[in-house]
Amino acid sequence: MRKTGKAIVLHEKDNVATMLSDVNIGDEIKVVFQKKKKLIIKALNNIPFGHKVALKDICEGEQIFKYGEIIGVAIKKIHKGEHVHIQNLKSTF
Amino acid sequence: MEFLGFEREDGEVGVRNYIAVIPTVGCANEVAEEITQRVSGCKALLHHQGCCHIPSDLETVERVLIGWGRNPNVSAVLLISLGCENVSVDRIYKEISKFRRHVEKIVIQENGYRKSVDNGVKIARKLVESAKESKRESFDLSKLIIGVKCGASDTTSGIASNPAVGKAVDKIIDMGGTVVFGEITEVIGAEHILAKRAVSKEVSEKILDVVQELEMKVKSLGIDLRGCNPTLGNIKGGLSTIEEKSLGAIVKSGSSKIKDVLKYGEKPAGNGLYMMTSPGREIEFLTGLIAGGAQMILFSTGIGAPQGYPIAPVIKICGNPKTCSTLYEHIDVDVSEIITKGISLDEASERILEKIIRVASGEKTKAELIGYDRTVDIYIRGMVL
Repeated sequence: MRKTGKAIVLHEKDNVATMLSDVNIGDEIKVVFQKKKKLIIKALNNIPFGHKVALKDICEGEQIFKYGEIIGVAIKKIHKGEHVHIQNLKSTF
Repeated sequence: MEFLGFEREDGEVGVRNYIAVIPTVGCANEVAEEITQRVSGCKALLHHQGCCHIPSDLETVERVLIGWGRNPNVSAVLLISLGCENVSVDRIYKEISKFRRHVEKIVIQENGYRKSVDNGVKIARKLVESAKESKRESFDLSKLIIGVKCGASDTTSGIASNPAVGKAVDKIIDMGGTVVFGEITEVIGAEHILAKRAVSKEVSEKILDVVQELEMKVKSLGIDLRGCNPTLGNIKGGLSTIEEKSLGAIVKSGSSKIKDVLKYGEKPAGNGLYMMTSPGREIEFLTGLIAGGAQMILFSTGIGAPQGYPIAPVIKICGNPKTCSTLYEHIDVDVSEIITKGISLDEASERILEKIIRVASGEKTKAELIGYDRTVDIYIRGMVL
């Protein structure tokens, strides 16, 4: 059964949101921004609570923003709705 | 915003009105504790330092003992000395006396246990009587120094409680208040981001220096704090990089400019946001903040940290719905609706600000209500000799 997940965007500059619930592949994710804006995206993977989801398509080498700051760079193309984690995101150190 | 506090001789404003019973060395704890148990209104600061330190640690311990005595929540001070400790009781007495009219001392080696306790109880009772003359009056929030800390963190800390505290911190700074954060171990990996928030190039370099100094010291012991982070547990919880992990912790310092880097236990020179050189562990970090003049602490937690502090209220803020319900007797501000109902960080920060004003004006925190507030210590960096 399809369900709707929730995710939060912690800063307006961010290109990822953090999951507030678990979602399965194909589920809709209701994304809550800080300034009343809302967005619905479709999950491209199973994404657990606390993990990140891409808000838009991100190119290889592009910086990933969370809290309005750079948390690393994309090491491959990431699609909107895709799970963003160690398989596609690397520290800049 | 205004709160009801106690004005002190030096113009500072306390949110509590305690007599501090301060052992100048760990060997004086039993006397300090016995006096405090017999006189209501007294708070003992039982620690384990004060003797057999390297010189830099001795200086730190003295700074903390003086800082405790002149904290605005303290109306009067009773120092309990063993007599032969390395810290200078005379210097501590003299320094606190510059800020407080009522400072007394008892030396155990001149009296023995029983007489020290009896004299101490008499003195403490007199000090409590004189403290009763202070009455709460209205003061602006800019009179507050607020320390921020997170502990027993989990995934919800970085999503809910820390960002909500960060928003509250921004508002406090905008209103002219003062906030101090620290926990240098948690800054590793995001120091370049903090350095960009410094008011000057000099402060920016100081931020990078304290982080590097700590990292090198830990490295000399064979531990690589940068390399081992994020941990497997962090990765399972969704944290991908060390920057992300550190940002989740330092987001509680908000986004204001950082005015300076303070020594452990040092008081900020003016209003604004400051970073204190300090460890992450509660019992030592809270001491640094409170010896540095903080009248209260905002403490963000995920799994639930119960600690308070003898002479300052510690407000627990939690975003984990399960912890908020299981540990209701420890959590002061429940911000779990960020996760369960999607309330904004802004709204959550307003709840924190309201709580600050109420607690500053006398409302007891959960830790104060249950008396979970006795364990403290002083951070030393060298060997005990």
